[in-house]
Amino acid sequence: MVNLKINGKAVCVNEGTSILEAAKTVGINIPTLCFLKDINEVGACRVCVVEIEGKDRLVTACNTPVEEGINVLTNSKKAREARKSNVELILSQHDYHCATCVRSGNCALQSVANDLNIHEVPFTEKLTKKQWNNDFPVIREEEKCIKCYRCVNVCEKIQGLGVWKVLNTGSRTTVGIEGGKDIASVNCAACGQCITHCPVGALHERDDVDKVLEALEDPKKVTVIQIAPAVRAAWGEAFDITREEATVKKLVACMRKAGFDYIFDTNFTADLTIMEEGTEFLTKLTKDPGSLPLFTSCCPGWIRFIKSEFPELLAHVSTTKSPQQMFGAVAKSYFAEKIGVDPKDMYCVSIMPCTAKKFECSIPVMNDACGDPDVDVVLTTREITRLLKVYGVDVPATPEEEFDSPLGVGTGAAVIFGATGGVMEAALRTAYFVVVGENPPLDAFKDVRGLKGWKEATYDVKGIPVRVAIASGLGNTRNLLNAVKKGEVAYDFIEIMACPGGCAGGGGQPIEDGCELAGVRGENLYGLDDIADLRFSHENPEVNAVYAEYFEAPNSHKAHTLLHTDHFHDGIKDYK
Amino acid sequence: MIIRRYVDLNRLTLTAQSRADAVLEDLYKEFDLRVAANPQGLCPIDAVLSFVRLCQAQSCGKCVPCRVGLGQLCDLMEQVLDSKATMQTVKLIEKTAQSVYETADCAIGYAAAELVIKAVKGFKDDFVSHITNGVCNSSFLNPVPCKSNCPAHVDIPGYIALVGEGRYADAVKLIRKDNPFPSVCARICEHPCEEKCRRGLVDAAVNIRALKHVATDRAGVVPAPKCAEKTGKKVAIIGGGPAGLTAAYFLNLMGHETEIYEQRAKLGGMLRYGIPVYRLPDAELDSDIDAILSTGTSVHLNYSVGKDGTFDEIRANHDATFIAIGAHSDNKLGIEGEEAQGVTSAVALLRAIGDGERPDFKGKNVVVVGGGNVAMDCTRSSVRLGAAKVTCVYRRRQEDMTALAEEVEGAKAEGCVIATLMSPVRVKSAEGKVVSLVVQPQIIGEYDAKGRPAPRNADVPEQEIPADIIVVAIGQSIEAEQFGKAGMELFKGSIVTDAGCAIKGFEDVFAGGDCATGPATAIKAIAAGKTAAANIDSYLGYEHKISCDVELPTPKLVNQPRCARINEKEREAGARCKDFDVFEYAFSDQEAKQECSRCLKCDYFGYGKLEGGRELEW
Ligand SMILES: Cc1cc2nc3c(=O)[nH]c(=O)nc-3n(C[C@H](O)[C@H](O)[C@H](O)COP(=O)(O)OP(=O)(O)OC[C@H]3O[C@@H](n4cnc5c(N)ncnc54)[C@H](O)[C@@H]3O)c2cc1C
Ligand code: SF4
Ligand code: SF4
Ligand code: SF4
Ligand code: SF4
Repeated sequence: MVNLKINGKAVCVNEGTSILEAAKTVGINIPTLCFLKDINEVGACRVCVVEIEGKDRLVTACNTPVEEGINVLTNSKKAREARKSNVELILSQHDYHCATCVRSGNCALQSVANDLNIHEVPFTEKLTKKQWNNDFPVIREEEKCIKCYRCVNVCEKIQGLGVWKVLNTGSRTTVGIEGGKDIASVNCAACGQCITHCPVGALHERDDVDKVLEALEDPKKVTVIQIAPAVRAAWGEAFDITREEATVKKLVACMRKAGFDYIFDTNFTADLTIMEEGTEFLTKLTKDPGSLPLFTSCCPGWIRFIKSEFPELLAHVSTTKSPQQMFGAVAKSYFAEKIGVDPKDMYCVSIMPCTAKKFECSIPVMNDACGDPDVDVVLTTREITRLLKVYGVDVPATPEEEFDSPLGVGTGAAVIFGATGGVMEAALRTAYFVVVGENPPLDAFKDVRGLKGWKEATYDVKGIPVRVAIASGLGNTRNLLNAVKKGEVAYDFIEIMACPGGCAGGGGQPIEDGCELAGVRGENLYGLDDIADLRFSHENPEVNAVYAEYFEAPNSHKAHTLLHTDHFHDGIKDYK
Repeated sequence: MIIRRYVDLNRLTLTAQSRADAVLEDLYKEFDLRVAANPQGLCPIDAVLSFVRLCQAQSCGKCVPCRVGLGQLCDLMEQVLDSKATMQTVKLIEKTAQSVYETADCAIGYAAAELVIKAVKGFKDDFVSHITNGVCNSSFLNPVPCKSNCPAHVDIPGYIALVGEGRYADAVKLIRKDNPFPSVCARICEHPCEEKCRRGLVDAAVNIRALKHVATDRAGVVPAPKCAEKTGKKVAIIGGGPAGLTAAYFLNLMGHETEIYEQRAKLGGMLRYGIPVYRLPDAELDSDIDAILSTGTSVHLNYSVGKDGTFDEIRANHDATFIAIGAHSDNKLGIEGEEAQGVTSAVALLRAIGDGERPDFKGKNVVVVGGGNVAMDCTRSSVRLGAAKVTCVYRRRQEDMTALAEEVEGAKAEGCVIATLMSPVRVKSAEGKVVSLVVQPQIIGEYDAKGRPAPRNADVPEQEIPADIIVVAIGQSIEAEQFGKAGMELFKGSIVTDAGCAIKGFEDVFAGGDCATGPATAIKAIAAGKTAAANIDSYLGYEHKISCDVELPTPKLVNQPRCARINEKEREAGARCKDFDVFEYAFSDQEAKQECSRCLKCDYFGYGKLEGGRELEW
């Protein structure tokens, strides 16, 4: 243990503890900006500087370990003024037109500048602009970047891709794509993790709210919106309501207020996904085990990743479309027929926790229903907040309402799609039923839950050992795939989610600086599963109806045309 | 201090330096430190722009090209850096710089313009990249200057921290992760790591080699780590010098089987048969070699590849082969009388000493020809062999010698004469035996194409230096003809490889060390052995990682005021020149602690915290 004093208070902490953490133990807060625990402890912004009595120069609290006997002053004149000066310097290179920034009110720089009582910047404003591909789901504004390097480290250490690089040297040092390339031409998975870890508005999703407003205001368009599982665990964070109040039914009501004609649940197609993917898996397991492992296919971040990093494994990816794309295809075929609407007049919007979904809906071959894109626009959870604000929807005062029918029913198995391990658990529940003929106990596959980046389990399904693995986060994914390739591990069925913790921690979710919320949101989803009336995808009555009325059976010919896709030919690049 | 009084009455006054000038002079000195320890990998255009800005501040302002032109050049370069330029801008920069060079009235202007002209020629690609891609080609490549500058990339701040805590054995283990010759390098490494040490920005580089000396001196015997599971692959290594032994060590740790073929009776190469024992005692060399051999290499001594067996046979019997034969034949002066008895080569002299057959130079006049470190070793060895007088003859000035300055000073202190600006003309002999070396005095002058000042004959007559022994130390060359015959490409006698030690057309054969680079240094040979081991491992289809399980202490705050560098103490010159005992003393504990505390821990502070600071395995 190390003994020291912070602002005169005696503190005793373990060796190796940072001054920042030590201060927290006695209720002293030191402002930080670039710091992200374990991911970015680089000491770039110098905002957390504190004075150590007797030392001439200040030290950064975030990455300086405590030392025996030191006397730390976090708010001495010297420390406070230096901290203020550094924030002013950062501001001199930051375009603080906060009024038009998506992160206004949720910006770490804004907070720290306000907290330090900065009202004017004594330096000349020096902003740099850079060209960007504004069609890509991930947008970067150079003039807002404060060079904290969080994105560099998140993409490198967590996602194992290293898309963001430190460019240039000297005063022109900045962050960007190697060689100044277009982001669309490199291996970015579009997962959006860099966005949710950016402290300011330098990284954000492509804003598609205006497109949706236009569709809503077009009397000819029939607007259909789907709400992804993980959205319901997070959407309320941006409003003044508790987690308990922020139910999906309240969101449904808000959407209705916003003017959507039909409000449906992606859970419906999540259940459909289980039927298709589960069948595909069982067919392979029993008839062609040599073709295993089978990878899940519902995460477009992961699909982008395997295509750029491990194209040689592409044949192992399930051909089943993601729930979002299935939904679009079903809406513009089965549902359009049902309500007698020309699918060309239907405008399909999704609310997703995800930026990669924006890319997914634009994949040229995702147009199976009528030739138009099956899903027209994807709004992230963050954009839906903005859409509701545009229409002045009073969210706290809006009472709950039901989803529309018939694509509005989902089971507990579908809800947990939003958490890492959820797809696997849902699939196993139904696979077990198909093989054994009766439902498994509800907690039979609980081992695949939790935030661990790489999980594995083996289940006995009527004498067949089924070896499953789950990875979330692309860094973990890379490790898993390398081990599979080298033959160090062998699995039959593998679930991959690009975002750590799965879509609950998705790159399109609300941002709370410095907090990883995938855990609580995931808990929330498992809670919803616990209280759901239906817990098995194969028991979803509307799914069964859609098979009876339209698709006949899982993996039927019709199902193949609408519910499956060819990863090798996506209309962008051929992989075989 | 001169007080300016009655100025009007004085016809002449003494110039007094103004206070501002005095301070500026000091600042220039501090700035010199910064220039010397210049971090590498920076945007070269940005750097040159800053130079030109300083040049502009130095302008007296009288003439147009310098006063206005330099400023315009700065603006134009700024446009390039801000990606606001076109290729037309680069042309304008070139043209303007040329005209400033041609027309400025004094060197303040035209020497500045020369910088720009060289920059445009030298970093054309960087200009293009800024203009067309909007980014710089460069990135901050050496967050930890010492580690990047060390050819083997030894974790220097890591082991300095360990030495600071008295954990000497751990320090040795950490060094061995990248370099299995800690004891050797502690004594004779040319320490390129110190050149750019960031501490140099504050006062002077950390004495890194001396700290390694402390570690290896006090660590005792440190066993080598365990080898990985046997792979069954066999690698032949031709040459048992530092390159070959390093490759053997790492390949053994990776689980491969290695066999060294060495033509001499003992291992070590030039470490044993070149470097004299007063600089590198046999015990130190042997302790490193013992640790290396403990990992399981089999050694064939007195086996000369090409005579006792052919390269083809060896290659056929192994899964991969590493050629590390060094540079062992002598360059000749090519002057009249060179064949006389008493003329010998550096390699022959030092090899004899290495074999324990020390010639007796008692009472003799010895003349050594050359200006490199090998020449210094011959010079200083000759004194120790009892020579009456030792003269080192060199064509250029002392500051042009490639030998380390401390070696030259050491030789002088030991009573040797450094005869500079003398070019050997012929050897005079009587009855076949050398009597003198005739030299032509030189005058130093303009710079040659390589940027070195070139000597030429001075308008004075030849001189004669009496000599019983002449040692020719003007470089070694490589005996690689047999590999050339086998089909490998040779360049000026050395084996051509890529940066990974691979040889075109021979995918199972690698080469490195002096035989690929020409005579260089031990640490470069070690780096080649390490690189070859990694690439041989990959070639054999593996991906073994070399790591070290030593935990480093938590980095302590570095907030130290300027503090001078400590140098190792040497034995008094008059005593040390009489024997072959070591002449440098390792630091005391007090010295070691202080020197360790000077390290700025660039692995943890600065860019190292963001990228490239800690590399735990390779
Ligand atoms: C006098 C002198 C002083 C030096 N001082 C320093 C110094 O202070 N610091 C420093 O860093 N460096 C110094 N060097 C340079 C350093 O010793 C060499 O750069 C280094 O030893 C090169 O290593 P190597 O393994 O490539 O070759 P070598 O050390 O030359 O080893 C090659 C080995 O291959 C063997 N061999 C050659 N041909 C065959 C064959 N056909 N069959 C079998 N075996 C063969 C040789 O006998 C030798 O043992 C010095 C060199 C000399 C000559
Ligand atoms: S979106 Fe994901 S993959 Fe792309 S740069 Fe950001 S973190 Fe990296
Ligand atoms: S883009 Fe955002 S996360 Fe990346 S360096 Fe700039 S401010 Fe930081
Ligand atoms: S894990 Fe979910 S949120 Fe993240 S990229 Fe995949 S689908 Fe999108
Ligand atoms: S200060 Fe220390 S870490 Fe930095 S270059 Fe010098 S020796 Fe290396």
